[in-house]
This record gives sequence, structure tokens and C-alpha cells, in this order.
Amino acid sequence: MRLEAKPAPGLAATLAYPLGAILATLLIASLLVLIAGASPFNVFWLVLKGAAGSQFALVETLTRATPLIFTGLAVAVAFRAKLWNIGAEAQLYIGAVMTVVLGTGAVAAPSLALIPLIMMCAMLAGALLLLGPAILKTRFGVDEVVTTLLLNFIVILFVSMLLEGPLKDPMGLGWPQSKRVVAEAQLPRLIQGKRLHFGFVIAIVSAVATWVILKKTVFGYEMRAVGHNAEAARFAGIPVNRVLMKTALLSGGLAALAGFSEVAGLKGNLTLDLSPGYGYTGIVVAMLAMLNPLGVIVAAIFVAGIFVGADAMSRSAGVPSYIAQVMVATALLTMVTAIMLSRFRIRWR
Amino acid sequence: MEAFEILWQTSFWVAAIRIASPLIFATMGELICERAGVLNLGIEGIMTAGAFAGWITVYAGGDLWTGVLVAALTGAAFGLLHGVLTVPLGLSQHVTGIGITLLATSLTYFTYRVALPEVTSPPKIEPFQPWAIPGLSEIPLVGPALFNQTPLTYLAYVVVAVVAWMLYRTPAGIAVRAVGENPAAVEAQGISVTMIRIGAVMAGSALMAIGGAFLTMSAFNSFFFEMINGRGWICIALVVFGSWRPGKALVGAILFAAFDAYQVRLQQVTGGVIPYQIFLMMPYVLSILALIAVARRATYPKALMVPYQKGER
Amino acid sequence: MTPSSGGEAETVLRLSGITKRFGPLTANDAISLELKRGEVVALLGENGAGKTTLMNILFGHYVADEGSVEAFGRPLPAGEPRAALSAGIGMVHQHFTLADQMSVIENIALGTQRLFSPRFDKAKARQRIETLSSDFGLAVHPDALISDLSVGERQRVEILKALYRDARILILDEPTAVLTPLETDALFATLKKLVASGLSIIFISHKLHEVMAVSDRIVVLRSGRIAGERRTSDTTRPELAALMVGGDIAAPAVTEHAPGGTMLELEDIHTAGRAGGAPLDGVSLSLRAGEITGLAGVSGNGQAALAALIAGTLRPERGAMRIGGETINRWSAREALRRHIGRIPEDRHAVGMIGDMNVTENVISERYRTRRFSRNGFLDWRSAETFARGIIDDYDVKCPSPDARVRLLSGGNMQKLILGRALDGDPQIILANQPTRGLDVGAVAYVHSKLLEARKRGAAILLISEDLDEVLALSDRLVVISKGRLSPPSKRGELTVQQIGELMAGHGLEDPSHAA
Repeated sequence: MRLEAKPAPGLAATLAYPLGAILATLLIASLLVLIAGASPFNVFWLVLKGAAGSQFALVETLTRATPLIFTGLAVAVAFRAKLWNIGAEAQLYIGAVMTVVLGTGAVAAPSLALIPLIMMCAMLAGALLLLGPAILKTRFGVDEVVTTLLLNFIVILFVSMLLEGPLKDPMGLGWPQSKRVVAEAQLPRLIQGKRLHFGFVIAIVSAVATWVILKKTVFGYEMRAVGHNAEAARFAGIPVNRVLMKTALLSGGLAALAGFSEVAGLKGNLTLDLSPGYGYTGIVVAMLAMLNPLGVIVAAIFVAGIFVGADAMSRSAGVPSYIAQVMVATALLTMVTAIMLSRFRIRWR
Repeated sequence: MEAFEILWQTSFWVAAIRIASPLIFATMGELICERAGVLNLGIEGIMTAGAFAGWITVYAGGDLWTGVLVAALTGAAFGLLHGVLTVPLGLSQHVTGIGITLLATSLTYFTYRVALPEVTSPPKIEPFQPWAIPGLSEIPLVGPALFNQTPLTYLAYVVVAVVAWMLYRTPAGIAVRAVGENPAAVEAQGISVTMIRIGAVMAGSALMAIGGAFLTMSAFNSFFFEMINGRGWICIALVVFGSWRPGKALVGAILFAAFDAYQVRLQQVTGGVIPYQIFLMMPYVLSILALIAVARRATYPKALMVPYQKGER
Repeated sequence: MTPSSGGEAETVLRLSGITKRFGPLTANDAISLELKRGEVVALLGENGAGKTTLMNILFGHYVADEGSVEAFGRPLPAGEPRAALSAGIGMVHQHFTLADQMSVIENIALGTQRLFSPRFDKAKARQRIETLSSDFGLAVHPDALISDLSVGERQRVEILKALYRDARILILDEPTAVLTPLETDALFATLKKLVASGLSIIFISHKLHEVMAVSDRIVVLRSGRIAGERRTSDTTRPELAALMVGGDIAAPAVTEHAPGGTMLELEDIHTAGRAGGAPLDGVSLSLRAGEITGLAGVSGNGQAALAALIAGTLRPERGAMRIGGETINRWSAREALRRHIGRIPEDRHAVGMIGDMNVTENVISERYRTRRFSRNGFLDWRSAETFARGIIDDYDVKCPSPDARVRLLSGGNMQKLILGRALDGDPQIILANQPTRGLDVGAVAYVHSKLLEARKRGAAILLISEDLDEVLALSDRLVVISKGRLSPPSKRGELTVQQIGELMAGHGLEDPSHAA
């Protein structure tokens, strides 16, 4: 068999491929649900109801989508330049650490000054964390996949060390958790009494800004050129290494915002279970969105919906909630296959 | 200096070899894949799936070797999926590999919950027991470390020898190396690049899964979530560190394991002055440092991560 | 015309009505061909005439849309290199198919022993290789790594690969492109021995003199069709040349005119090697306004390094570089562009264009930072698209719109985009590295006319080509490169092809102080 490039499909066809991928994912998930001894239709209905069936469910889904938008954007930006940042998890935690360091009373300022300051510092910390692997890649040729993956483990241990040491909450009854951030450092809730917070708005704004960067700016153009063909980019005089560094800064910064928003908007303090793998799930979100920043919003809400819905479903239908993770992983694989099929035609002979 | 005395403890060397065993399996597995030109980032998930598959087989009444076989087949199945997606379809090996890891891990957890819905702590199995090799195991220091281990550890060393022999001394191995260097050379000699690559990825993935199974069936006696804990990623670093050669990768794995065993004991010796997390970080930091050290002179298989299409040169 | 009317020689290979289309392009159009035992058939044609496609179909790399292949009277299943191999067909590809980090034995015996046998029988393979080497004059060390071999030796390994499998039909695709004249003679001697032992050979080439020297029969391909078939003893070079180009495209008319001042000057430049080729070892050269300087040489002798140097992607380690009289200190691709060097790279797919970006995005890639295309970090897509449309119109690029992905364009149209990008703003210095490789005759003529146009308006042009005929046809001055050193420049027509051949082999270039 052989793959042949084909012209870009029209809008309808472009949407058909992701839908096909989702359909394939549902089919595979149905099989697992059957194995678990439940009815797929019932299970999917419960997932849907749990994700979007009530105001509570919807709010919960959007809340869960917030960190995924940030990590999805981080991955989308990096993958555009073929910088394989698999370390969004670590960058998220570093962003959270920064938020706790500055937000628990070390700096006293009104909200309007303190929150932007914390945001900037969190972004900077995440950016610098990814700069390391980017420098190792460009200077020494060390594969960034492995370094960013290993950094995830290092950073989690680092956070654990901080939580049992300098950042430990003296009132925490021995639990490894930080103090709570002061009121001025907390993001306001969007709806009184609900968990959805201003971090969601920041996420949407970030997505739009990232879209503008990719589509409209010189930097975005450089990033895409480097990602598609670094050698041709270098020949055309595009400073490939510098572009990769800048991409790393942007990507790391975006991922760090996830940590900032979770601490300042939702949890209020830092614990070791702040992220149930948002960094890794960000990869799925980015791929489902075909690396389009605006698509990341949709994909993140979709993925968050699966997680939230599956939690609810699991309580009532007895199918393990891990089905959500299986679906998300399957969606990643079916989606990359669908993207390939939308660009190439398979000729068997 | 207590820190140095550790090196003379028999238990330290026994532990080092035990820690090395799963790494050796998985490193050899990744090495085969990469020698054929396919990066397999599914390793972490495949090890998880292998650990579970072997353990649950024994828990369900199978004998230990059947468990190893089931683990290997599970690994090969995920290898087949990775191979089909990355070789004929030419999907990004990075993204697909991560996808395989996510899929294998989540499927494992899902299956665990479906199979054992009620349990709160995972049930134990009767794992492999050490086989003392008469005579040799009585040599001081080296004896217990090398010759009083479980059969799976011995198998790990056999696997290194077999992989080395296969890659350099058999027609199939020569084809694997050639396909990682220049697939067109293989195609021109009438061998299917797709078949060789998928076959290598399946074989490699089977070894990774056995590496995972070592943890549940030899090192410990039960399955825990997140028990692979980054070992797969470390094996990828070990392959680079070993310059894609089985012998060097073996040395790397043992060195690494010795260091890991050492830091655990050093932790006890230093008695909590240094936070224990620093010690736990060391293996990961060491892997990154090893990568930096060898990166400059690393000679990658030339076609690594380069998809191949027939007739394209 | 039916060759060998005596009729005793059996037909070993028969291609009937082979047609192959790639999208809108018909690479092979109903081609039929026969090969007799002990015969050398030359497949002659310009680049892009469809020779390589035809042979790839024969060997099973491609599957024909129509037609069939028969070897030794038995039909050959399509799309299976293995079937071609076992039918006794061996192919020496233009780009060698060897694994560099493996030994000669391993490369040759790959796939000849049962894949899952527990042991690779090295001794048997070695013995057979040594026998074949001595029988046919193909000296090569069986245990050497391919990466340590010269290009000529690698080609011998390729031929041995075919012989090792008892090939009765040998296909050689442009075998002399990488050889020095001396090595070419050795190859021809080997081919004679092979034919004497009963092999049949298809020799693919676009070089008339070689075809005349080596073949019994010549089949000329033009634009995917058979343009004619002649017995070698009954034809002449001019007749073949006319068949090749179809007579309707005249050789480029180069009018004499006096060159202007020096635009770019290299003085005793030393560099690292590039793309596996030789490094530059004391190169001095000046490019003058209104003049095409042609660079001839066997590939891998430093052309890649010289091209990279001028394109700005390689910095000299030693030596001086002056542009318009000004000594250059900081050198980069960006600097080269800032100094108005138009650059046509060797590999348009891998280096010249970004296949997955669209036409607009590709044509601005060298200039996107200028005020014409961007303000305050934001791109002016409207201006960029206008520019793209301009190039599409001016250079007659066939593409659906400026939004089309470049990957979907043909090689000729891609090259036109590169020309449009490189020649925008009338650069005073132009680097044209293999500007016509793989293009069809019409596109070749178009590229030539654009280069001559630039020459006419006073640009200083360096033309690097492996095609000696192209270099000779276009250049005002000729320099020959060998092992990273340049011959003194010679005027148009000053040297005979034989003398150029000797320079290509490195004779007379030992002392770098000779250089211009």
C-alpha cells in the first residue's frame, strides 16, 4: 500500500473526519462496556447526563475543562513547532508552586496587582522549566521527549519535598499540603456559589490570543515553518533554534497557567493530587483539536465532559470510571489516524 | 565512611541485580524497536499492561510461566497496534507512542477494576522464588548477586545474549538493522520493510511487557497502580546511553540499577538530613545527565523515526 | 524495427503497453520494450522523460496502471520486488540502496538466506562474493563498512548484490552520474564481461556519448513515450539528440557579451563538509556581473559545501569572502538574503519548499520580516497573497490558488515558485544549484531562459550541475571542482570534454595555488 497526498477537503469533510474518529472511539468503548456487563446506550446516556444534563453538571465540566484548555494550548503550540513537550504536567506544578510561593502572604497587594503578578511569575517559571529541555535539544541534540517526561517525575518529587518542607502548612495536620492563598490572590467565581471560576475566562482569552499568534504573527509563521520543515526554514533564514526557544517559553508558560488557575481559582492550596494527569491529557486535547487553539477549547470541554460524565455514570451504573481514560486515549489514536486519512489517500496497489 | 561500606554489602548487589532485571527486558525491547527505526514511547504503558497481565493470569490460577507468556502476548498486541499505526500509516511515532501508553495504562486500570471490583488492597500471588545455582551462588559478594536470583532474572541475561546474537548473527537481525539504517536497502532486496518493522516492534513490545511482569511476579507479588513509575522512560534513555548496542545497554542498566540501589541505602545512612525526595529524584536526574553525556557522539540508527514509503528514495 | 533479425537470441524481458500516471502527469504512456539475451539496451532520455519510473515498475517499486511485464516467458506479478529478484532481475539504483553502518557482506547477502534461520552463513557469502569479485573485476573488501567505501566501490557493491542473486537481467539507472571518467571506463569493462557471460543489460542514461559507447540498441524516451528506437551501429549522436528533445526546443542561445565587475569573491576558503560531500579546501573564485560561472564535477566533491557557503547556511573556517568589494564578517542565510543573493537550492522538496504550507506562505519565507510583509510582528497576509499571485502569473505556475499546499504541485511548478522567490527584486548574485534536476524538457528550458535573462540584466550567476552538457551550454566560464578544490576558470569552449574529465578526476588540481 502507498499513501498519496490529496487536496485539502472541504469544511464538511474536514469535520467528518473528527466525527468519524469519535464514532470509532464510542464503538470501541461500547465493547468494553459490554465486557463490564452494562448496556452501552445506558452508559453513554448516563455519561452525557453527567456531563451536560444539569447546570451542576455543565458547570463541573467547564471547571474541569479549564486546566485542560491551558495544557492543551501548551501542547498545541509546542507540537506546531515539532517541539515534543510531554512535560506539561511538570510545568503545571511549577506554576502552582509559584502561585503558592507568592500568593500565601509573601507579597501583599490588592487583587488587581497581585493576580497579574502571580500569573506572570507562574508563566515565567513554567517557561524556564521547558527552556532547559529546549536548550538540550538545540545545543546537544538530546531528545526532548525523554527529558520532559523525566522532568515530570523530578518536579513531582520536588513539589513533594516542598510540601513536606518549606511550603508545608503548619495547620495541615501532617498532610503534605501548602497553606491556602490569601483572598487577594484568589480568582473570583463566575457564578456565585459554584465552582466555575475566572480561570475559565483566562483560558478562553489565552486560546484566542494563541490563535492570533499562530495565524497572524511573524512568530506564529516561524513556528509553523520550523515545525513543518526545519531544514527548509533554516535555508530560508528563519532562526530555527531561536524559534524553538521562544516556542518553549510560550508553551511552558501556558502549561504553568493551568497550575496557577487550579490553585488560585479552584483548590486554594497546593497538594500532590492537584493534577490527575492534566499535562498528559493536554496531549489528547491538542491532537483532538488538530493543534488549532480555538479547537482546543472545544476539545477540552469534550474531554472534560467525558471525565465528569464518567464519574457520575460510574456511581450509578457500576462501570469503572477508568472507561473515561480509555476513551480519551482511544480518541487520540483514532484522531491522529483520521487526520492522516484526511490528508492522504491510501492506494492499496 | 558508611557511604562506602554499602558497596561491600551482599544485599546491595543482590538488590542492584534485581532492580536491573526489568530494565534489561524493557531496554532490550526498546532497542529492538529503535534498531528497526521505530521509536516506541508506548513502553511505559506496555510495561504496565505486562505487569498486570502476568499477575492476573497467575491470580486466576495460571502458573508463573503462563503468566510470563500472557504478558508477552499482551505486549506484542500493543506492539502490533503501534506498528500498524506508525509503519504503514506513517503516523507520528511520538504522538502514537504516547497514545499507546495512555491506552495501555487506562485499559489496564479499567480491566483491573472490572476483574476485581470489590477489593480494596490488591491480592497477592506466589511469585518466582530465587534459584540458587549450586556452587556459583556461594562465591562471596558476586555469588548471591548473580547466581541466587529468580529465573526471570536469569532469563533477562539470556535475552541480552539472544538479542545480541540475533541482531548481528542472523539473517532476520541483519534485516532489522538494515531497515533502521536504510529501508530502501531492504526493499531492494525483496524483503518487506513493513513486515520487518512491525515484527520488530511486536517482539520488542513483548520484551517490555515481560519487564513489567517481572515487577509483579518476581520483584513484588502484587499489582499496584503507577508501579512502573517512569521505568519505561528511563529505559529509553538507557538505549541511547548504550548506543543502541545490547552489551552496552546491559552495562548501562546495571550501572543505573546499582546507583538506584545505592541511593536507597544512602538514604538510610544519611538518616533524614537530606530530604528523601532528593534521593528519589536521582535516577531521573542521572538519566538526563547520561543522555547529555552521550548525545554528542550518539549515532542514531539513520532511519529512526523516518517513515518509509515504497518506491520513495 | 525488430532487432537481431537472426532470431536465435531469446527474448528475456518483455514490457507491453506500460502506462503509469501520477495524478495529472502521465509518466509512462503505453511503453513496450523487449530485451534479448546478451544484449545491452540503452534507455535514453532527458531528465523527467520517464526512464526511472519505467524501471521502478519493472522492479516492482511501482505498480503500472496498465500493461504487463514478462520475464523469461513468464508474467511478472506487479508491485513485488521479490518477484523481480527471483525472476533474475537485478537493479542498480541511481541512489544506492545500501545500509551505511553495515558491512559489504551483510548488505549483499541481505535477504538471500532464510530470514529465520538461527545463523547467518557468513563464510558461504564471503566465498561467493570473492568469486564474483574476481570473475568480473569488481574489487571490494567484503568486511568493509559501506560508510568507508568510495562512491565507485559502493556501485560495485550494488552490482555484486545483483550478481549474488544470479541476476540474468541487470538494470543500471544513471550509473555514471556519480563516477569519474576513469571509474566509468572500469564500469564499462565490467559490463562487457557481464554481457559475455550471458547477462542482458538495460542501461539508463541521458548522456549520448555513453549510450553510444556501451549499448547495442537504443530506445529513446520523451515525455513518457517512446520517441524512437535505433540500433547503435545505425545511428548518430545528432539523430539521438533530436529524438530526445523532439527537435522543437532549441538549445539555449547564449550571446557573447563582456562581463562586468566582480560581485562576489572567495579567497582561499576552507569549510567543513556538507551532506556527506567533501569540504572546501582552499577555494578561490570570483563571480562577475553578467556572467554565468558553471561548476562541473562529480557529485560529492564539495559542490554541496560551496553552495551552502554562498547560500549562507555554512560559514567559512578560513579565508575571505567579499560581496561588492566589502569583506563579510558575519555570515548567515539571513545575511545572504539581506545582500540580495538569489538562492535556488539543490533539493526543492526537502530544502526549497515547505510541502505542508501553502504557496503564499512559501513564497514569503525569505522575506517575511521585511516591511513589505509584516508590521510590528504581525504579517500582512493581503500583501503576501498579492505577491504570491504575482509569481503565479509571472512564472506561469499551475496551481489552483495561492492557498494550495505546495506538496500537491509538480516538481516543475515548485521550481517555478522557487525561481519566483529567488529572483524577486532582481538579485545581483544568483546561486543555481542543480536548477533543472528531475524537470521535464519544457520546465528545463524555462529555467534556462530565466537564468539567461538574469545574466542579461547583469546578475552574477553560479550554476552548479551534475549535468555536464547543461553546464557547457549555459556557462560563460567553467570551473571544475574535485576533492574540494577548484580548477582555474576556463572560457567557454576552451577545454575539450576529455580535458574536463581529467580535471573532474582531480588531475592537475593538487596544488591549490593554481586556483583562480
